[in-house]
Amino acid sequence: MSTLSATEPVTSRKLTFGQAVREALAEEMRRDPTVFIMGEDVAEAGTPFKVLSGLVEEFGTERVMDTPISEAGFTGMGVGAAMTGMRPVIDIMFGDFLGLVMDQIANQAAKVHYMSGGTLRAPMVIRTTLGATRRSAAQHSQSLHAWPSHIPGLKVVVPSTPADAKGLLKAAIRDNGPVVFFEDKMGYALKGDVPEGEYVLELGKADVKRVGEDITIVATSSMVLVALEAAELLAADGISAEVVDPRTTVPLDVEALIRSAKKTSRAIVVDEGYQRYGVTAELAAVISDGAFYYLDAPVKRMGAMDVPVPFSPVLEDLTVPTAAAVAAEARRLCRK
Amino acid sequence: MSPQEVQQEVQLDGELGVELYRRMLRIRHFEEQVNELYRGGKMPGLAHLYIGEEAVAVGVCAALHDDDYITSTHRGHGHCLAKGAELNPMFAELLGKEAGYCHGKGGSMHIADTKRGNLGANAIVAGSAGIATGAALSAKKRGSGQVAVCFFGDGALGQGVLYEVMNMASLWRLPVIYVCEDNLYNEYTHFSEAIAGGISSRATAFDIPVEDVDGQKVWEVYEAATRAVARAREGGGPTFLNCHTYRFHGHHVGDVDRRYYRTQEEEDGWRDTRDPLKLGAEWVTSNGYAPASRLDQIDEEVQAQVRAAVEFAINAPFPEPSEVTEHVYA
Repeated sequence: MSTLSATEPVTSRKLTFGQAVREALAEEMRRDPTVFIMGEDVAEAGTPFKVLSGLVEEFGTERVMDTPISEAGFTGMGVGAAMTGMRPVIDIMFGDFLGLVMDQIANQAAKVHYMSGGTLRAPMVIRTTLGATRRSAAQHSQSLHAWPSHIPGLKVVVPSTPADAKGLLKAAIRDNGPVVFFEDKMGYALKGDVPEGEYVLELGKADVKRVGEDITIVATSSMVLVALEAAELLAADGISAEVVDPRTTVPLDVEALIRSAKKTSRAIVVDEGYQRYGVTAELAAVISDGAFYYLDAPVKRMGAMDVPVPFSPVLEDLTVPTAAAVAAEARRLCRK
Repeated sequence: MSPQEVQQEVQLDGELGVELYRRMLRIRHFEEQVNELYRGGKMPGLAHLYIGEEAVAVGVCAALHDDDYITSTHRGHGHCLAKGAELNPMFAELLGKEAGYCHGKGGSMHIADTKRGNLGANAIVAGSAGIATGAALSAKKRGSGQVAVCFFGDGALGQGVLYEVMNMASLWRLPVIYVCEDNLYNEYTHFSEAIAGGISSRATAFDIPVEDVDGQKVWEVYEAATRAVARAREGGGPTFLNCHTYRFHGHHVGDVDRRYYRTQEEEDGWRDTRDPLKLGAEWVTSNGYAPASRLDQIDEEVQAQVRAAVEFAINAPFPEPSEVTEHVYA
C-alpha cells in the first residue's frame, strides 16, 4: 500500500481524518492571510462534526466567520471575495445542501474565469460532506459529488484517508480556481498516518491503495475502505485485488485507472453516489474505452441504490455497497 | 430638488456635468449601434439594450473610483461603459471576436473589465448579488477602502439570494451599494404582477437605508450615489438606491411587439418627457455648463467614435479554435 508520495516528509503521526482537515486549514491560514473560513456554525461550534474546533481561538471571528443560514448567499459572497483577492473556504455542512448553492458554484464560480476570457478567477474551496449510514435520512445522507464533477471549471476532491485529506485540501486552497472538497462524514474519526508540516498533493493523481494482480477495484472516498476490506476477503479466496483511489474526480487520473485495468484485466468501480448517471458510469466508461482490448470481463459499476436514502437502518444499509457485495462481484468477474 | 440646489450640495461642476452627459450619450449611441447590428444580422445571439436607463449607470459610476467594484446584469452594456470600458473591445466582444474583453467567450451578457473594477455582467437574474457583496466583504477584510456596487433590476427582487446577502451586508456593515433599476418590467411582466408590497421596505427590513431616486436625472443619481459611497467608505455599511427608470426598448433586441404588456402611449410618454439624454441636455445648458452647440459637437464626436469601434469589431478576427479550451481552469 502506498499512500504517500516520494516527497514524504520525515515525520508523521496518527491523526483522525477530521484532525487532518483541521490541520490543513490551520497551516494554510497561518501561511496565507487571505485564507478565511465562512459557513454556518464554523466558529465557536466548530461545525456539528467538530472538524473546525479550535480554529476560531487561533484565528478569530474575522477569519472563521459564522454566517446566517444562507448557503446561496454566503457561497456567492465567497465567489465575490475570491474574485477580489481572498481565498475563502466555504463550509457547506451537508452535501445535500448543494442544492441550495448550485447556481453560485455551477453558474458563477465555475464559469467566471472562462467567461471573462481568463481575466477573472475564483480561487475558493467549498468543503462539504458525503456519505450515508448515519441514520440521517434522505436530506442529510447523499453523496452528490457527481453534480460538480459534471460542470467544466470545477475541480472535485474525494479524499479517503487522513493524509490525503490534508495533502489535497492544502492543494485545493492553493488552487487558482474553485474546488469542491467532499469529506466522508462517517470517516471523520478514521485514523491514519499524516505527515507533519508542508505536505501538498497534486490534484489529479490517483493513488494505488493496495497492489494486486487479478482485478482492479477503483473506489472513491468512503468506498475505499470498503474496497480494501473486500480485497482482504478476496485474498482469503486466493484473488489478488488492486485498489485504486482516483482521489479527485476532476481532474481525473485517466492513465492510472487504465494502467491498472490493463494489468489486471478486470475492473469494478465503487462509489457512494447514486449509480445511475453517476461517477461509476464515467469511470467505467473511461476504463472500458482505454483498456478494452485488455479486459476479460465487462467493467462493473457499484454505486448507491437509486432510491432516496431511507431512514430505517435496515433499509438504509441496503442502499450502500458493502465489502461483501464488492467481493462477491469480484469473485463473479474472476469466475471463482 | 432643482439642479442648482444639487450643484451646491455636491459641488457638481460644469466640467463634470458635461462629462456625465457625454457618458450617457456614449451609451445611447453604443446601444443604437447594437440594435443596428442585430437587425442587420451582423451580431450573433441577442442583446438587452440599456437605452432609457443611461442616467443610472452614469450617475452611479461617476461617484466611484476606478478600483471600486461593480457587478452588472444581462442589461449590462451601460454599466460597463459607465465604469470606463473602451468601445473597441466592447463591440468586439458582442461580435464574438478575439479582441473582445473576454476573447469572444463571454458575449453581451458577460463582459468583465478587471482594469476598471468591473467584475462582470451576469446572465442569472440577481446572480451577481453574492459576488458584489463578497467583493465588499473582501474590501473590508483587506482594508482597501474600496466599495462595491451591485446593479440589478426590479426583476431581481424575486430572487431569494438577494435578500440573503443584503441581510449579511447589513449585519457586517459591508461597503456595498445595491442599485435597483426599477424599470417597471420583469422581462415581459409588469412589476405589479410580480412584486408584493413595497420595494424600499425590503431594504429597510434589513436596516439598510434607502434612497428613492429619479433615475432619469443623472445629477440626482450622482448625488445619491455620492452619499452612498461616502457612507460605505466611512464604514457606515450598505445603502439601497431605488432608481426609478424605464427601458425604452424591449426586454431584448428581438422584443419588438410589446403591445401585449405595455402601451405605445406609455412608451411615448417616457421618451418624450423622461428621456435622460433630453433631461441631461436641458440641465447642462440651463446651468450654463455648456451651450447647445457644444453638446451637438460632443454628439458628433461620440457618434464618430462609436462608428469607428463598430468598424474595428466587424473587421476583427474571430478567436482561433484553440481558444475553446483556454481558461476552463485557472
